[in-house]
Amino acid sequence: MTVMTYRQALHDTLRAELQRDESVILLGEEIGVFEGSYKITAGLLTEFGPARVRDTPIAEEGFVGAAIGAAMLGMRPVVEIMTINFSLLAIDQLVNHAAKMHAMFGGQVSVPLVIRTPGGGGQQLAATHSQNLEVWYAHVPGMKVVAPATPADAKALLTAAIRDDDPVLFLENLALYNTKGEVPDTEQLGRIGSAAVVRPGRDLTVVSYSRGVVIALEVANQLERDGVSIEVVDLRSLRPLDRETVCASVRKSSRAVVLEDDWLSFGVGAEIAATVQEGAFDYLDAPVRRVAAAEIPLPYAKPLERAALPSAADLIRVIGELLDATRFTHAEGGS
Amino acid sequence: MPEALMPRLSDTMTEGILVQWLKREGDQVSRGDVIAEVETDKATMEVEAYHSGVLTRIIAEPGSVVPIGQPIAVIGDAADADAVPASVNPVVAAAAPQSATAVSAPPGRAAVPATRTSRGTARSPLARSLARKYGLDLSRITGTGPGGRIVRADVEAAVSAQAGTRPAPGTPAPSRSTTRPPATTDSPDDERTPLSSIRRITAQRLAESAAAPHFYLTSVVDAGALLRLRADLNEALAGDGPKVSVTDVLIRACAITLRAHPEVGSSWAGEHIVRHGHVNIGSAVALEDGLIVPVVCDADRKSLAEIATEAHALTGRARAGKLTPGEFTGGTFTISNLGTYGVDHFTAVINPPEAAILAVGTAREEAVVRDGQLSVATTMKLTLTIDHRVLDGATAAAFLRDLVDLLEHPLRIVV
Amino acid sequence: MTVERESTSTSVVDPGPTWGEYYRQMSLIRAFELRAAEMYQRAKIGGYCHLNLGEEATVVGLMAALEPRDYLFTTYREHGYALARGLEPGPVMAELFGKTTGVSGGRGGSMHLFDRKVRLLGGYGIVGGQIPPATGAALALTYRGEPGPNAEAVMCLLGDGTTNIGAFHESLNLAALWHLPIVYVIVNNGLGMGTPVDRSAAEPDLYKRGCSYRITGERVDGDDVIAVRDAANAALTRARAEREPGLLETVSNRLRGHSVVDPAKYRSKQEAERLRALDPVHAVRARLIAEQVLDEDTARRIDEEAEARVDAAVAFADASPDPDPATLFQHAYATAVPNAPHRLPADPVVPVPELLP
Repeated sequence: MTVMTYRQALHDTLRAELQRDESVILLGEEIGVFEGSYKITAGLLTEFGPARVRDTPIAEEGFVGAAIGAAMLGMRPVVEIMTINFSLLAIDQLVNHAAKMHAMFGGQVSVPLVIRTPGGGGQQLAATHSQNLEVWYAHVPGMKVVAPATPADAKALLTAAIRDDDPVLFLENLALYNTKGEVPDTEQLGRIGSAAVVRPGRDLTVVSYSRGVVIALEVANQLERDGVSIEVVDLRSLRPLDRETVCASVRKSSRAVVLEDDWLSFGVGAEIAATVQEGAFDYLDAPVRRVAAAEIPLPYAKPLERAALPSAADLIRVIGELLDATRFTHAEGGS
Repeated sequence: MPEALMPRLSDTMTEGILVQWLKREGDQVSRGDVIAEVETDKATMEVEAYHSGVLTRIIAEPGSVVPIGQPIAVIGDAADADAVPASVNPVVAAAAPQSATAVSAPPGRAAVPATRTSRGTARSPLARSLARKYGLDLSRITGTGPGGRIVRADVEAAVSAQAGTRPAPGTPAPSRSTTRPPATTDSPDDERTPLSSIRRITAQRLAESAAAPHFYLTSVVDAGALLRLRADLNEALAGDGPKVSVTDVLIRACAITLRAHPEVGSSWAGEHIVRHGHVNIGSAVALEDGLIVPVVCDADRKSLAEIATEAHALTGRARAGKLTPGEFTGGTFTISNLGTYGVDHFTAVINPPEAAILAVGTAREEAVVRDGQLSVATTMKLTLTIDHRVLDGATAAAFLRDLVDLLEHPLRIVV
Repeated sequence: MTVERESTSTSVVDPGPTWGEYYRQMSLIRAFELRAAEMYQRAKIGGYCHLNLGEEATVVGLMAALEPRDYLFTTYREHGYALARGLEPGPVMAELFGKTTGVSGGRGGSMHLFDRKVRLLGGYGIVGGQIPPATGAALALTYRGEPGPNAEAVMCLLGDGTTNIGAFHESLNLAALWHLPIVYVIVNNGLGMGTPVDRSAAEPDLYKRGCSYRITGERVDGDDVIAVRDAANAALTRARAEREPGLLETVSNRLRGHSVVDPAKYRSKQEAERLRALDPVHAVRARLIAEQVLDEDTARRIDEEAEARVDAAVAFADASPDPDPATLFQHAYATAVPNAPHRLPADPVVPVPELLP
């Protein structure tokens, strides 16, 4: 085990895969000479050369589509889209093409493509640069969407994504790059499509992914001192979605809160709430609650931005309301 | 056109049986008139008209079971009498077939028709499924969640009150068949009596009570002084209110003793024990088709005469099926006196969630040995049934000792 | 608008097997497309259905230049290319019929023909959607072989209307920037659905649209099969040997509407008459007979043979099994992962336990 940042885990994994498999190539804006907008690809151009670490023009539709075509011929392109906001320029290529080809062409071709892209707000980047658009892709059959929260999962899931034969949107988060965690030194192959109970608990389930998991764990630790036992489920994969792990947790705790950085309507929380009402209806002691961003183009000014984005305090408040609504007592437990 | 609806007449009522109409179709009714009588799960209650006009149509016939909020009659102008839309027909079922259904239906579904669900009483899905698991009737549980929603905590409290322990995971659900009558071979001589609401509730509550761990303490009280005091009082009060009964004296005596032993007047609430700030004494009244326990509230603060007057009125209303819900709920201790039936000794079943009940036998002359001398005394056997989850033997014994002492020195009862 | 047809090569009818083969292919495409129109009207074919009627010379000329080792990306008007690339009419018709024996297993339909063996990497239904992937395929070739006369290349077909979208320009820029072995072919039939080229393109000389990327452009008469073949060959040669992308514009006529359901009311009666007179299949046939490359009997035999092959294709498609709904999720993912959602519309999202444990 080595303690490293999420950024370092991504970098090391890219490097390891470039070394392991010649068909792996990196494409993206400013990933070579500039070493990446968030320095994930630092040093890789020097080590692997401009053919395998390829700077692209600012043309997301073009280079994402080109990566799809290269993948059809057996390459394993890993594309960095500077932020998920810019992926909209390539969404036709991802949704209408990458996600369709394997099924639409009768299984004759596959698209082993990885789109690495960070989402999320909170850095005063204003409305166009602070979005969480992963659900747009998670909605689409044929896509795989993963969203690791920890450096260890970043390594395991990026490895799995690169070796997977389907298009994978690999969601990163600006606020996670500097977070640290233990990462196994040996090769790790994550399981796309499986969630994890990252913290067992008894009284209430918090479901989240990506940065939300970090907040959820922080809140869970804080509430433990108050005698509340929170179970945190890290979805890790939005498509496929591991509904059973979520339902199993809620069947145990009877209370569920979904924390998402994204806007509320039609979001991951909506999907989880719908899943829970179907898979754990008889176990719910109160309606599922969602903690999600205010539905407004995110303002630049710090106080407005802070007000709009979900925080630990918001999560604590909703957990409190849910516990009150179910007459939670500290004597509870065991059942 | 205004409709008269099946009113909600108790906190746990989900439906009512229309007993009889006190007005006929075509009668003029004024707002506030009693137009019908309805039997709820607890009592027979009067239904008042909320509109003035003509009772143009009776929808619910006597004997029909109507969910609360469903129309039972139409009150309008006389001219409207023929213009009743078909859509106002309520979901009604005759009472007798319903209990027949309960007997023959497979457990789980048909026994609980959808129309029995009380609209407006929120239950969390978990509360519903726990209630199914433990065979509880949610309509008997008071919700403490938002808007009165019944949540898990409420059900578990009820389960605990019933079973004495927290429900352990994996505890097998009690079979529904335990609440079903045993299968019998019908003989031409047998008669099946449909359950009245009172009978159903009585059966259910007593079955709940039986699940609690009990123990019993019996003492013999020398009732001579007590009976003399009662006779003196009745003589002194002659014509001034009802006579003081032995039960009335016992109510007062228990109330005084309970004030000194408040733990005996506690309730089991699953997660905790509730020690009540009031002393409310119930006394069981036998009805033709069940049992009801009217309650004398704050009995420790009322004089014997007040208690006698109140208990007399309550008993009368209970026998007439006219008790209001407030009059038979909220007890903290119950007395069951079968002495008038000549019973020497019995044990009573606790009225949950109370922690104790006192069974009173008949007063009878007995040969007693006192100071080494054989003599004759009038004695009564008192048997205390105690919920062991709430009380231990020594606490209960101290209460009974003090009660016996008070009854044998009854002047303190009247002062 | 009538596009001026300037060609770099003037084809000469040289006797021999080549011409016979070209006519055979044109005749087959013509017979196939007319039958497809009929089968659409008989409701054997669903969805959209775009025909190559009037483009037979272009199709055959382009496919004559493309080597088996090359890759082809096409538009949704691609039945003829699939046939000229060497696919049997049966599996192509079966795809239009939505049968398991179709080239894409019945999952793609008319717009999405795909065959790995002949390196037909897809018909694409989204206008211009094929251009970035085709460019990327050419990128992949740069990793697996050196440039040279025997190198692989990519041909990417697109319509005239497609030259206005961003993906076209982004792709041309990448191809030039990265020196990719690809030839983009604009099949200009004069109309983007119903809109003439000069009403949609500010530079209606479409072959010039590569100028800003320094990509050589050329325009040929799409009715001239040899001219098309030779121009494509020249562009492909540059792509293979020099890794320079090319842009070729073929100009031809679409004899019918945009798709089988388009009555083409935007054309005058006179225009329709004129186009019929220019029918490239009839023109080539007449010319080959006039120049005694084929005799009338041989030409008729070729036409009859084409009809017979199409008859057989329809019979094959008709007799082929429909896909079993149980195979719905067969190609959901190339790499199986847990929790892939394999539920039908009325299925529960998750299995629900009956009672509390």
